[in-house]
Amino acid sequence: MFATAAAAVLISMLLALIRAVRGPTVYDRILAVNAFGTLTVILIAVHGYLDGRPEFLDLALVYALINFIGTIAVTKYVSLSHLGLPTKDDDGGDI
Amino acid sequence: MGMIIEVLSWIFFLLGGFLCLTGAVGLLRLPDFFSRVHANSITETLAAPLLLCGVMLQIEPSLDTVKLLMVLFFLLSTSPTSTHALVKGALLDGELPTTGVDPADAGEEDESSNS
Repeated sequence: MFATAAAAVLISMLLALIRAVRGPTVYDRILAVNAFGTLTVILIAVHGYLDGRPEFLDLALVYALINFIGTIAVTKYVSLSHLGLPTKDDDGGDI
Repeated sequence: MGMIIEVLSWIFFLLGGFLCLTGAVGLLRLPDFFSRVHANSITETLAAPLLLCGVMLQIEPSLDTVKLLMVLFFLLSTSPTSTHALVKGALLDGELPTTGVDPADAGEEDESSNS
Protein backbone atom coordinates (compact mmCIF):
# COMPACT_ATOMS: atom_id res chain seq x y z
CA MET A 1 0.00 0.00 0.00
CA PHE A 2 2.70 2.48 0.98
CA ALA A 3 4.77 1.13 -1.92
CA THR A 4 2.03 2.07 -4.40
CA ALA A 5 1.95 5.66 -3.19
CA ALA A 6 5.75 5.84 -3.12
CA ALA A 7 5.96 4.56 -6.71
CA ALA A 8 3.44 7.16 -7.93
CA VAL A 9 5.33 9.93 -6.13
CA LEU A 10 8.68 8.75 -7.53
CA ILE A 11 7.38 8.76 -11.12
CA SER A 12 5.95 12.26 -10.57
CA MET A 13 9.32 13.41 -9.22
CA LEU A 14 11.00 12.10 -12.37
CA LEU A 15 8.57 14.03 -14.60
CA ALA A 16 9.10 17.20 -12.53
CA LEU A 17 12.88 16.80 -12.94
CA ILE A 18 12.48 16.51 -16.72
CA ARG A 19 10.54 19.81 -16.70
CA ALA A 20 13.22 21.40 -14.53
CA VAL A 21 15.92 20.43 -17.02
CA ARG A 22 13.95 21.39 -20.13
CA GLY A 23 12.99 24.90 -18.95
CA PRO A 24 12.30 26.92 -21.10
CA THR A 25 12.00 29.95 -18.76
CA VAL A 26 13.61 30.26 -15.36
CA TYR A 27 10.15 30.35 -13.74
CA ASP A 28 9.37 26.93 -15.17
CA ARG A 29 12.49 25.64 -13.50
CA ILE A 30 11.57 27.21 -10.14
CA LEU A 31 8.07 25.76 -10.43
CA ALA A 32 9.45 22.30 -11.19
CA VAL A 33 11.87 22.46 -8.25
CA ASN A 34 9.00 23.59 -6.00
CA ALA A 35 6.90 20.65 -7.17
CA PHE A 36 9.89 18.36 -6.60
CA GLY A 37 10.21 19.64 -3.04
CA THR A 38 6.52 19.09 -2.28
CA LEU A 39 6.74 15.56 -3.67
CA THR A 40 9.85 14.97 -1.57
CA VAL A 41 7.89 15.88 1.58
CA ILE A 42 5.22 13.31 0.68
CA LEU A 43 7.84 10.71 -0.23
CA ILE A 44 9.66 11.15 3.10
CA ALA A 45 6.38 10.81 5.03
CA VAL A 46 5.35 7.69 3.10
CA HIS A 47 8.81 6.13 3.14
CA GLY A 48 9.02 6.43 6.90
CA TYR A 49 6.14 3.99 7.26
CA LEU A 50 7.25 1.85 4.31
CA ASP A 51 10.52 1.31 6.14
CA GLY A 52 9.00 1.14 9.65
CA ARG A 53 10.83 4.26 10.84
CA PRO A 54 8.28 7.04 11.57
CA GLU A 55 11.06 9.35 12.82
CA PHE A 56 11.39 10.53 9.22
CA LEU A 57 8.28 12.67 9.77
CA ASP A 58 10.42 15.31 11.49
CA LEU A 59 12.49 15.61 8.33
CA ALA A 60 9.32 16.01 6.26
CA LEU A 61 8.20 18.83 8.55
CA VAL A 62 11.49 20.70 8.20
CA TYR A 63 11.63 20.08 4.46
CA ALA A 64 8.16 21.59 3.98
CA LEU A 65 9.33 24.83 5.60
CA ILE A 66 12.69 24.97 3.79
CA ASN A 67 10.94 24.36 0.47
CA PHE A 68 8.69 27.38 1.00
CA ILE A 69 11.46 29.76 2.07
CA GLY A 70 13.74 28.55 -0.72
CA THR A 71 11.12 29.08 -3.40
CA ILE A 72 10.28 32.59 -2.16
CA ALA A 73 13.95 33.56 -1.94
CA VAL A 74 14.87 32.28 -5.39
CA THR A 75 11.77 33.84 -6.98
CA LYS A 76 12.48 37.21 -5.42
CA TYR A 77 16.14 37.08 -6.39
CA VAL A 78 15.38 36.09 -9.98
CA SER A 79 12.53 38.51 -10.68
CA LEU A 80 13.87 41.57 -8.79
CA SER A 81 17.62 40.83 -9.11
CA HIS A 82 18.16 41.50 -5.41
CA LEU A 83 16.74 40.36 -2.10
CA GLY A 84 16.63 43.68 -0.25
CA LEU A 85 14.59 46.47 -1.78
CA PRO A 86 10.86 45.85 -1.95
CA THR A 87 9.61 46.76 -5.40
CA LYS A 88 10.36 47.55 -9.02
CA ASP A 89 7.65 50.20 -9.41
CA ASP A 90 4.93 51.64 -7.19
CA ASP A 91 2.02 49.77 -8.78
CA GLY A 92 3.75 46.44 -9.00
CA GLY A 93 4.16 45.87 -5.30
CA ASP A 94 6.32 43.23 -3.77
CA ILE A 95 5.94 39.59 -4.66
CA MET B 1 -14.58 -0.72 11.50
CA GLY B 2 -11.05 -1.76 10.67
CA MET B 3 -12.19 -2.92 7.24
CA ILE B 4 -13.82 0.44 6.49
CA ILE B 5 -10.66 2.32 7.46
CA GLU B 6 -8.57 -0.03 5.31
CA VAL B 7 -10.76 0.49 2.24
CA LEU B 8 -10.93 4.26 2.82
CA SER B 9 -7.15 4.39 3.13
CA TRP B 10 -6.72 2.45 -0.13
CA ILE B 11 -9.09 4.85 -1.88
CA PHE B 12 -7.08 7.82 -0.56
CA PHE B 13 -3.78 6.27 -1.67
CA LEU B 14 -4.98 5.33 -5.16
CA LEU B 15 -6.73 8.67 -5.77
CA GLY B 16 -3.75 10.57 -4.36
CA GLY B 17 -1.27 8.64 -6.50
CA PHE B 18 -3.41 9.15 -9.60
CA LEU B 19 -3.73 12.91 -9.00
CA CYS B 20 -0.01 13.10 -8.29
CA LEU B 21 0.73 11.57 -11.69
CA THR B 22 -1.91 13.79 -13.34
CA GLY B 23 -0.29 16.93 -11.97
CA ALA B 24 3.18 15.78 -12.99
CA VAL B 25 2.11 14.90 -16.54
CA GLY B 26 0.41 18.30 -16.78
CA LEU B 27 3.59 19.97 -15.50
CA LEU B 28 5.50 18.25 -18.28
CA ARG B 29 3.04 18.51 -21.18
CA LEU B 30 1.03 21.74 -20.89
CA PRO B 31 2.00 24.53 -23.30
CA ASP B 32 2.88 27.61 -21.22
CA PHE B 33 4.09 28.55 -17.75
CA PHE B 34 0.73 29.61 -16.30
CA SER B 35 -1.03 26.41 -17.32
CA ARG B 36 1.83 24.45 -15.81
CA VAL B 37 1.29 26.31 -12.53
CA HIS B 38 -2.33 25.22 -12.64
CA ALA B 39 -1.32 21.57 -13.19
CA ASN B 40 1.18 21.74 -10.35
CA SER B 41 -1.43 23.13 -7.96
CA ILE B 42 -3.42 19.89 -8.38
CA THR B 43 -0.46 17.96 -6.98
CA GLU B 44 0.10 20.40 -4.16
CA THR B 45 -3.40 20.98 -2.86
CA LEU B 46 -5.25 17.75 -3.64
CA ALA B 47 -2.80 14.86 -4.07
CA ALA B 48 -0.63 15.74 -1.07
CA PRO B 49 -3.53 15.94 1.46
CA LEU B 50 -5.04 12.73 0.08
CA LEU B 51 -1.78 10.79 0.42
CA LEU B 52 -1.06 12.20 3.89
CA CYS B 53 -4.63 11.41 5.03
CA GLY B 54 -4.15 7.87 3.70
CA VAL B 55 -1.02 7.52 5.84
CA MET B 56 -2.89 9.03 8.79
CA LEU B 57 -5.64 6.41 8.52
CA GLN B 58 -3.10 3.59 8.42
CA ILE B 59 -1.23 4.40 11.63
CA GLU B 60 -2.32 4.30 15.27
CA PRO B 61 -3.44 7.67 16.70
CA SER B 62 -0.30 9.07 18.33
CA LEU B 63 2.13 12.00 18.16
CA ASP B 64 2.90 10.97 14.58
CA THR B 65 -0.68 11.79 13.59
CA VAL B 66 -0.18 15.30 14.94
CA LYS B 67 3.09 15.59 13.00
CA LEU B 68 1.33 14.49 9.80
CA LEU B 69 -1.36 17.10 10.46
CA MET B 70 1.35 19.73 10.89
CA VAL B 71 2.99 18.71 7.60
CA LEU B 72 -0.45 18.93 5.97
CA PHE B 73 -1.07 22.37 7.48
CA PHE B 74 2.31 23.71 6.34
CA LEU B 75 1.89 22.30 2.83
CA LEU B 76 -1.61 23.73 2.46
CA SER B 77 -0.60 27.17 3.71
CA THR B 78 2.81 27.54 2.02
CA SER B 79 2.24 25.97 -1.42
CA PRO B 80 -0.44 28.42 -2.64
CA THR B 81 1.56 31.31 -1.16
CA SER B 82 4.77 30.41 -2.96
CA THR B 83 2.88 29.69 -6.19
CA HIS B 84 1.22 33.10 -5.96
CA ALA B 85 4.59 34.77 -5.42
CA LEU B 86 6.09 32.83 -8.33
CA VAL B 87 3.30 33.78 -10.75
CA LYS B 88 3.38 37.43 -9.68
CA GLY B 89 7.15 37.47 -10.12
CA ALA B 90 6.75 36.02 -13.61
CA LEU B 91 4.10 38.62 -14.50
CA LEU B 92 6.26 41.48 -13.20
CA ASP B 93 9.08 40.11 -15.31
CA GLY B 94 6.97 40.33 -18.48
CA GLU B 95 5.92 36.72 -18.87
CA LEU B 96 2.44 36.63 -20.46
CA PRO B 97 -0.04 33.77 -20.69
CA THR B 98 -0.88 32.42 -24.14
CA THR B 99 -4.52 33.09 -24.98
CA GLY B 100 -6.98 31.71 -27.50
CA VAL B 101 -5.89 34.34 -30.04
CA ASP B 102 -4.45 32.90 -33.24
CA PRO B 103 -0.72 33.78 -33.42
CA ALA B 104 -1.13 34.75 -37.09
CA ASP B 105 -3.68 37.44 -36.13
CA ALA B 106 -1.89 38.64 -33.02
CA GLY B 107 1.13 40.01 -34.88
CA GLU B 108 4.52 40.92 -33.52
CA GLU B 109 3.53 41.70 -29.96
CA ASP B 110 2.48 38.15 -29.19
CA GLU B 111 5.58 36.78 -30.90
CA SER B 112 7.94 38.84 -28.77
CA SER B 113 6.17 37.99 -25.50
CA ASN B 114 6.55 34.28 -26.16
CA SER B 115 10.28 34.40 -26.75
